[in-house]
Formats: sequence, structure tokens, C-alpha cells
Amino acid sequence: MQKLPSIWITAIRNGLLAGTVSLLICLFGMVMQFEQRYIISGVVTMGQILYMAPVFFLGYMLARRLNLAPLKALAVGAVTGFFSGIILAAFIGLGQLLNLRSVLVQASPELYALLTFNLDLIPGVLAMLGFLALIGALGAALFLVPPHIRGALIGALIWTVMAGLLRDLISTVMQTWGPVAPLISWMFARSGLTLIGAAFVFLLSGALGFVHLKLPVWVVRVVWLLIALVVLLLPRILGVFLSDVLDTVGLFILMGLGLNIVVGFAGLLDLGYVAFFAIGAYTMGVLTSPELHGTLTYWEALPIALLVCVLSGFVLGLPVLKMRGDYLAIVTLGFGEIVRLLVLSDWLEPWLGGTQGIQHIAYPVIGNIQFGSQQMLYYVIIAFILVAIFIASRLKDSHLGRTWMALREDEDVAKAMGINHVTTKLLAFATGAFFAGLGGTLFAAKLSSAYPQSFQFLVSINVLSLIIIGGMGSIPGVVVGGLALVGLPELLREFAEYRYLVYGAVLVAMMLAKPEGLIPEARRELELHEAEVEAVTEPEPEAQAGGGS
Amino acid sequence: MSKRVFVLVSMLVGLSMLFTACAPAPAATEAPPVEGPTSAPAPAAFTCTDSIGCVDIGPTDPIHIAYLLVVAGPNETLGVDSRNGIEIAIDDAGGKILDHDVKFDGEDGGCDAGPGQTAGAKLAADNTIVAVIGTSCSSEARAAEPLLSQAGFVTVSPSNTAPDLTEAGNANNYPGYLRTAHNDKVQGAVAAKYVYEVAKKTKAATIHDGSLYADKLQAVFAEEFKKMGGTITAQTAVDPNQTDMSSVLADIAAGAPEMIYFPIFQPAGPLIIQQARQNAVLKDALLMGADGLFSPDVVTGAGDFVEGFHVSSPLVTGADYDAFVAKYTTKFGKAPISIFHAHAYDAFNMIKAAIEKVAVVDADGTIHIGRQALRDAMYATKDFKGLTGVLSCTPTGDCANPTIGVYEYHKGQYPPELIWPK
Amino acid sequence: MLRTWRQRVTLIDLMVWAIGVAIAVVVVVGTIKTLQSGKYEPGVWLDLTFKGLALGGVYALIAMGYTLVYGILKMINFAHSEVFMSGPFTAVFLAISFSKSGFMDANPVVGMALVTILSAAVSAGVAVLVERVAYRPLRNAPRLVPLITAIGASFFLQYAFRGLYGSGFKAYPTLRALQGSINFLGIQIFNTQLVVILGAFVMMVVLYAVVQRTKVGKAMRAVSEDKEAAALMGIDVDRVIVFTFALGGASAGIAGILYILIFPIAWFYMGFIPALKAFTAAVLGGIGNVAGAFLGAMVLGLLESVGPNLFLDGLGVPTPSQLKDAIAFVILVFILIFRPSGILGEAVTDKA
Repeated sequence: MQKLPSIWITAIRNGLLAGTVSLLICLFGMVMQFEQRYIISGVVTMGQILYMAPVFFLGYMLARRLNLAPLKALAVGAVTGFFSGIILAAFIGLGQLLNLRSVLVQASPELYALLTFNLDLIPGVLAMLGFLALIGALGAALFLVPPHIRGALIGALIWTVMAGLLRDLISTVMQTWGPVAPLISWMFARSGLTLIGAAFVFLLSGALGFVHLKLPVWVVRVVWLLIALVVLLLPRILGVFLSDVLDTVGLFILMGLGLNIVVGFAGLLDLGYVAFFAIGAYTMGVLTSPELHGTLTYWEALPIALLVCVLSGFVLGLPVLKMRGDYLAIVTLGFGEIVRLLVLSDWLEPWLGGTQGIQHIAYPVIGNIQFGSQQMLYYVIIAFILVAIFIASRLKDSHLGRTWMALREDEDVAKAMGINHVTTKLLAFATGAFFAGLGGTLFAAKLSSAYPQSFQFLVSINVLSLIIIGGMGSIPGVVVGGLALVGLPELLREFAEYRYLVYGAVLVAMMLAKPEGLIPEARRELELHEAEVEAVTEPEPEAQAGGGS
Repeated sequence: MSKRVFVLVSMLVGLSMLFTACAPAPAATEAPPVEGPTSAPAPAAFTCTDSIGCVDIGPTDPIHIAYLLVVAGPNETLGVDSRNGIEIAIDDAGGKILDHDVKFDGEDGGCDAGPGQTAGAKLAADNTIVAVIGTSCSSEARAAEPLLSQAGFVTVSPSNTAPDLTEAGNANNYPGYLRTAHNDKVQGAVAAKYVYEVAKKTKAATIHDGSLYADKLQAVFAEEFKKMGGTITAQTAVDPNQTDMSSVLADIAAGAPEMIYFPIFQPAGPLIIQQARQNAVLKDALLMGADGLFSPDVVTGAGDFVEGFHVSSPLVTGADYDAFVAKYTTKFGKAPISIFHAHAYDAFNMIKAAIEKVAVVDADGTIHIGRQALRDAMYATKDFKGLTGVLSCTPTGDCANPTIGVYEYHKGQYPPELIWPK
Repeated sequence: MLRTWRQRVTLIDLMVWAIGVAIAVVVVVGTIKTLQSGKYEPGVWLDLTFKGLALGGVYALIAMGYTLVYGILKMINFAHSEVFMSGPFTAVFLAISFSKSGFMDANPVVGMALVTILSAAVSAGVAVLVERVAYRPLRNAPRLVPLITAIGASFFLQYAFRGLYGSGFKAYPTLRALQGSINFLGIQIFNTQLVVILGAFVMMVVLYAVVQRTKVGKAMRAVSEDKEAAALMGIDVDRVIVFTFALGGASAGIAGILYILIFPIAWFYMGFIPALKAFTAAVLGGIGNVAGAFLGAMVLGLLESVGPNLFLDGLGVPTPSQLKDAIAFVILVFILIFRPSGILGEAVTDKA
């Protein structure tokens, strides 16, 4: 049993795995949906890339893992590709015999035709097998290039696909930049990039990836300054849609900063964080919407809304003081649901608008400047984020911050050391509620309305995921997490239908590959590292061979 | 790694600084879109005189129609179904309007104000778009419509029913907005009239599911019903994902109404039918829904209990509709999954007809569409024959055919039988 | 007496108790007022009780999956809602083809058994797959990490099912053999409800027996006490964990079949709410405790069914049933205030 399986068996296994993943991608409807969506006009569509990607990737991974001589690696890659084709071929064969479509809605004749290159059945399947073997071999070939070029190549491939995907967005933005506008027709076709455009993006991003520059410190400083300037100018440069996306990202970053205090610093798992977001938005609505006889302005209502949020943080904190871990999770989750149900209910409709929500909520106005539009609200959000980052980073190193961390690490020991767990926990909940409430008021101002369905459980999960992806307890991590988990899906809105599918897969993959997050907090990384050191003592090859089963 | 990212970011930043410095100060959103980015220079002397600008479409360029529907998340059947309806309409048109391909894509609005606004902002930024079909939900419309209207588009919703969207003088009635779905005021009143005058019931109860649509519709129904002289014994609500309806039915049964009006959706609808029929007090009450429950799944979902269940719905039966359903089933592998596919189909065809009416076609095939002209043509739609009946638009954008029928379900039969008006 | 009363009871304790007492007062006053108003016939309460018990039975079976996994791995299997959904969602296709061909009406017992076994197998399969892919590699990670993979897996599965089978609602065909009702104390009880209550009860007994009486159950308990010691005693920990997931999955699959008997519509989002309730029930009863999960589920099912009308109606709250889920969570808070580890739970000492 100790003997490793032969490389061919591993290749076949990986091939079958890649084929299964490809098949699933086909059956989820992704291939057909993007069948017309060219990345490079007339050459390759997103749909094709999607079903080829697993084969290419596993071909590459296998070559990397086995570390074989060039010819052998290519052969292994080809075998992987071929066997992934076998899975698809079996599926096509089955589709000829049975009407799979009555169960699997996406198993349409068009899909079969696409997979077999619109050829007849037998030649089509053969062509597909050959083609996928080629893709597998190409994946393996990628490993054979020297490492520093390989990195640049992979980067260039990703950037090219991204450029093709974001064609509409990039060309819309480029239009507003006078001198580069003529480049649009040169780089982009009606759908996707032109061949020249693709080559340009590929070479540019490849070259950038290849170059390593050592910059003097002052250049770095100037560049950061420039970045800060651009951040200030972003809404002007990017237009309404991207400003809207930035606003949404900003709101989530604000909430993330707050939840980071509760979960990241104090270690209290809160799954109902959306409650405070809702309370902030609704308090703002009740106080400022003329429909509900609110007469205050945004700035007058803000302190009241925040006070209400902090108080509700205390109210939630009280009963859960003695609870730990999972009990806390379910109770906070319940709290989030209770708040949503209450704002939705007919019972409170006269005061909170019920199903019909609240409209015409006030937005911030300073002097003559109205911060109502998405582009203007951006500045308010940025300002609040800066304040929140300041508070959070000061808190982190303060006495209170250290008390939170002590509680997180070991509550019993912390108590024994004389830490008052009651006030400490309550303060964590209240601070978290404060930030979420702030986000809520801005959210209401952005939409100028509040509807119960905006405050689903999903929001809590999104915020929690972004701080974990970013790196728990890490403040820059929250910003990166927000950009990655909230910003990126907004840019790739075409994938809206598959958003949660991809989202789920990314969460799992991320936790398996890099559980400490994108920008880990030093202390947590250390903890995880300890765990890893233990894990490494397991026999390595066996764990890996299992990956294909 | 981080060094490389840094270099890349700084170069991009540098580039963008350069561009912004060179660019003429980018116009804010208020500027009306003037020309499509892909437009060829017009050879003939076409000058755009439209008050809010024109779309120019080059000889080989497509006509861009976008959707803003809920196509992801728990409410997606509503939007996906509408989108399927539009795709069939495009197929029926041979994929072309005025010999130009139709480019059809769009955004998910999530049936919620937040995502709706973002989607609206995205569409508004694309000035090749001629018209938008959407939104699915009224809350989305309120958030997205300011942006879409500002961008000069025509928007036709297949499923918004909230009265404020087409109420003259209301802040939520935006120029360029029309709908092929029924204003709740129309449908609620017809349902009340049927129940009181035809079915002769005087005690009714209503249930909504927390959606804007159902809540408004039941409110209109209750108001009209009371006006006619009927009594409303209870106005209650369920959660759309709730499956056990026993407590809401117990609440209703305490008032012993003769009928229950629940203009809600799947899956709560069939569950209410089934559980009401098993309730000792309510088993003989008249059960009535609205077009949200005009679906084959109701027959299977409620099983034998479906017998005698009424729905109010626009008159969508007929040979044309049957042919539509057949095409739908072939193309998507299953029967329509929700209800507003026919409305969406009509929305596309109305837009198509209006474009054909107002477009100026040059000799080389370039098309110019005046945005205000298109809006005017849309509002002037009269006696347009669609799947949902003969449509005429009001000046505020209500285009749905006001004739509403009441249908009765029978065990194992779909579509239900039209019982009123005969 | 080492300390005086004043030292032992802090202001915070008083405030917490005040919240608890306030909840109790609302419940009692609401109940009295509702009963005084005489709006509901006594039979209505009995009817609601039976429905609540049926629902509680389903919750109990789902809760088993949470509680068994928690007992062994000390983690919340957030993807359990999809494990629950996958069984009936797949079985719908089988049931439809059976009823179309007339097989189901001809052999209701065989047909039902086939559908049940199949859906239990599918659910168990999904549970094991999730364990293999998403949890096993993270066995030694901090506890938040597997929680996040669980949430990710839950989303992925939900939308994978949506992608594969479409997003529409699938009606579960009516089973002729189970139609009809019996009369009990003047109350109509439907055969489906009886089957669900009995089925849930039988399943619970079976599960309890498996955990308490069989060898593998003993191994499960051993692993739950101390993984390393169990491994040293020759127990294959990985296999026991896989078995636990399979057992919890199968029980969720059967719960799914029972659930769809009373609420005959399947769609990809159907798992979320019942699983959330089952999770609440497991915590209510004391998570990690099999009997506690059963008790918690029954209490929750009952309160949820009777609660809205009984507690809120008398207080003049319109549409009390809209607040049904809120009641469930308030009751949870109430019980946890006075018994922080749940009804039958032991004091937890966990470390983040």
C-alpha cells in the first residue's frame, strides 16, 4: 500500500476529475450561456475557456506535482486531457440514448453540438478527445517553461481573459478619456478583444510581470501620493456605474471594519450583523422621511441613529454574555432575522413602512454641496472609512484592544487575570454596532429608500466572508476583502446567475489554500503556522495522491 | 509578488493620471448621450434634432436592447422566465430589427433596491442601449429608474405592478417608463368586483407574502371590496418561504370568511390551497389568487385540492399563446416557470414596433433613433396586438390590457378554465 | 455562604433576567388574553399541536445531522441545509416517473421505500462528499475556518442544484395511498401527518439505538470524547467521521422525504429555513446531545405552530404568523438565558 500509483494511473484519475468538473460546468449552463461571449473575437469564447480551464489547470498541476522529464510531462498532460474527454464523450453518448433534458435542464442538443465542434457524432467526439488532449498537454507544457517566465505567462493569460471579459466596462471608461478613445476600435471587437488587442494586452501584462524593478524610497512615496490622489478623483474618472460599485464596496468595508472588531479582535462570532445595518438604515429613514413625518436632516439624524445602534448592540450583548461559540452564532443569527421580520411585519407597518419600505430618505448635505448622487456620496463614504480605520487601528493597540484579544485567546484565563469580560464584550458589540449603523445610514441615503429585503442573512455572511478572506483581525485585509468579494462580483455582473456558485467555490478553495486570508494579521498567521507545522508531519505524497480520488 | 503588483498598480495609476490630465473634463452624468461609440460617420447629412439625443447604429452594428431583471437568487424564476419570453420574441423576429441584429444582454437586479440601483447605473453608462426591458420588481424600478430615465432610455417593465410608478405627478413616475404588467389598481378592483358581484361572497380575508406586489394588490382588493359593501374579516401575511400555513389559516378561520384572496406566488400559493382545503372551517371557502399563481405547477403542487381554485389574470389563453408555450418548451426544455413571460414578449414587440416607426434609415443601412421620438412612439402605442391582449398605453405608461379574466382550475388540467367574463 | 447575595448577583445579571422575565410576561399575558377572547375553538389548538409535532419530527431528524457532527468535530456543518435539500430534490424526479408509470399507485410501499432509500442515499452521499472535500483537510484549523468552508459549500451546492436541475418549483406528486384522514377526538388528522410523526419517531429510535447500542456508535462516542485517545485504542477516526456524516445525511434525506409529504414542493432554496430551525432546535436542546436535539425540535415545532396565535393574537398584533420565526428565536434566547447550554446540554468549554 505504500507504493505510489504509477504516473499513468494518476494522470487518468486526474483526467477523470477534470472531465467531471468540465461536465459540471457544462451542465450548470455556463458554457452555453457564454457561447457567444468572445474573449478574443472570432477565436475563443468564454464558454470554451470555461470548459477547457479545468483540463488545462489539472494538466499543469499534474506536471508540477510529478516533476517529470519534458516529453513524459507532455504525455501525462495529454493523457489527462484525453481522459477528461472520455467523461464528456460518455455524457454525449448517454445524451443520444436518453432524453437527459427532462432531468438535467442544460443538457440541450446545442451543448452536444458545441462540444463536438458541430461535426457528426463520431468524428466530433474524436475531435473533442484530440482537442482536450492537446489542451492537457499545453497545460503541462506551461510547467516546462522556466519559472520566472512562467509567472509572467500565467499573469498575462489571466489579464488577457479579464480584459476580454471586462470589454464593455473598459471601453466605456476609455471613451471618457479623450486621447485614448480611438484605441477602442483598435483593441476591442464587438464582442471581446481583437487579435491585435489581445496580443497587446498579453505582451503588456506579460512584460510587466517579467520586469522586476527596485525603486528608491522617495519614488515609492510619490507613487503612493499619486494613488491617494487618484482615489480622490476616482468617481470623476470612472463614471456613475463604477462609482456605485465603489460605494457598495465602501459600505461593506465599513461594516467589515466593525465586524472585524467583534469577530477578529474579540473573537465573538456574530452571524446577525446585518441587524445593526438595518437598524441604522431604518432609524435614518424614520427620522428623515417625510412619508413617516420625519423632519430631520441627515446630519441631525445621524447621532440619534448611531445611538440607537449602540444601544441595540448592548441589548443583543446582554443575553449572550454567558454564551460561547456556536450558541452565540445561532443567537446572533436569530437576532438578525428578528430585526428583518419586525421591519417587514404588518404590525409595525404604521411606523416602519412594512412591506412597502421607506422612501425619500435624506442624504448628507454640507453647505451647498449635495452628497446625494453615487459620485458625491463616495466622498462621504471614504471619509467615514478613514475615520473607522483610524478608530479601529487605535483600538487594536489600546488597552481595550488587548483585553479583547485576551478574551479571544482564552476566556477563562482572561477572566482569571481580572479582565471584566462583561464590559469588554458589551463594548465589542457596541463598537461593531456603531460601524454597521453608520454603514446603514449611508446605505439608506444612497438608495434614498429602505426595504426589508435589503437586510437578508446573506449580508451578514458577505461581511463575515470578506473579513475572513481578507485576513481576520487585519485592517488592510478588510479593504482587500471588500474589493475582492464585493467589488469583483459587481464588475463581473454577467456572471450574476453563477455569482453564488462561484462565490461558494472560492470560499472553499480559499480556506483550503490560504486560511489566514489575503493579508493576514501577524499574530493569527503565527497561530495558523503552528497548526501547519503539525499538519506537515503527515506523509505528504499520500495526502496528495488522495486529491485525485 | 507584492513588488510586481505594486509596479503594475503604479504604472496603471500613472497612465490614468495622464489620461485624466489630457481628457477634457469628463462631463457629469447629466449630459445626454449623443452618439454610440461604435457609430460610423454618417455619410448622409443626418442631424439629430431630438431633445434628448439620438442613438446611431452603423450598418453592421446591432441594435442593443438590454434587460434588468432578477436572474439570480431566490426570486430568480420571475426574471429568468421574463427573459426567456424576450428571447422567444427575438427568435420570432428572426433575431433582427430593421435588418440589424439584436444585441440582447443585461443585468441582474436582485428584486431589491440596492442591486437594482447598481444594475441601473451600469446600464445607464452604456449609451448604445436603445431600450431596457425591466425591472422585475417595483422596488428595483424605484431605485434604477432615475438613472435609466436620465440616460434617455425607454424602459418597459413586464412585471412591475405598484401603482405609484405610473401615477401622474408621483415622484416615482419617470419619463420613458412604461409597463405591460397590470397596475395593481386594475387587477385588485376586478377581483373584488368578481367576488362580490358574480360569486356573491360578502365576507373575505386576504393574505400577502411581504412582497410589494401582493401587499398592494390585497390592499386594493380589500378597499374595493369594502366599498362595494363586503366585509374583510382579516388581512394577514405569510413569509414567502414559509411552508406551514396552519397558524395563518387558524387566524383566518376564526373569522369564518366565505373567500380568501391571496395574490401571492409559488411555492406558498399551492401550499395555502392545500392546507386551506384541509382546514375544517375553510374547506368550502372560495380560494382566489392572481396571475402569480397562473402556472402549471399549481396543478401539480396542490394536487387534487386545486379543484375550484380561482385566479384572476389577463386573458392570455388562445392559439397564439399556445404556440408561444410550445416554442418556449422546445427552447428551454420545460414549460414556462413563472408568469410574466408573455408580458415580456409583448414588451419586446412593442419596442420593436416603435423603433421601426421612428428610426431613420440611411442608404448604407445606418439607423438613427431619436430617444425622445422613441419614447413618444411608445406612449402612443395603440391597439397593439400582443399575447396578453390588445395593448394601448396611457400617457403615464400603463399599457396592459384592462380586460382581466377569472379562471377556475380543475384537477389535473392546465390551463384553467375561463369562467368570467364568458 | 462565602459571598453575600449582593456580591453574587451583578447588575448585568439583573438586566439579563429582566429581559427573560419580560419575555415570560409577554407570553403569559398574550396567552391569557388570547384564551379569554375566545377567538379560537379548543379544537384549533389540538389541530395546531398535531401539526407542530409533525414539523418537530422533521426538525428533529435534520437536527440529528447537526448534533452528531457537532458532537464529534465540534463544528457547525452549515452545508447541512443543502444535504437536506438534495435528497427530496432528487427524489422528486423519481417519484414523478413512478407516478406517471402507475408504479407508485400499484405498489405504494415498494415505491415509497425506493424513493426514501434513494433520497437518503443521495443526502448521505452529499454529506460525505462535503466532508471529504471541504472539512477533512481542515481538521486542525481554527474553528472559524471550517465554518467558512461550510458556508461556501452550502452556497455552492445550492446553486449547483439550481444549475443542474433548473430553478423552477417542482411539485411532488400526490400519493394516493396516503390520502384521507382519521378522526381523533373530533379532530381531523391527515394520514400524511401521522406517517410523518410515526416515521420521525421510528427514525429517532433507530438513530438513538445506533449511537447507543452498536459498535460503531460506541466508536462515535469514543471519538467524540477524545479523538486521539480513540485513535490509540484502534478506532479509525476518519472512518467514524465519514460514518457520522453519512448517518446525519441519511437522516436529513429521510427528513426531506417526510417534509415533502406534507409540503409537496421542492426547489433549490428549500433547505435554508427548515435547516435553520433544526439548527436552532439542536442548540435549544443542547447541541451535541441526541436526546436534546429531539426534545428541542419538538419544543420548537410545537411553539412555532401554536405560538403566533397563542402568544401574539391576544396582544392585538396583526398577522402574528408573519412573526413565527421571530418567536422561535425569542424562545431560544429565553431558554438560553436561564440554561445557557440548552435544555439537556452540559456546560460547554470551548476555546476559539
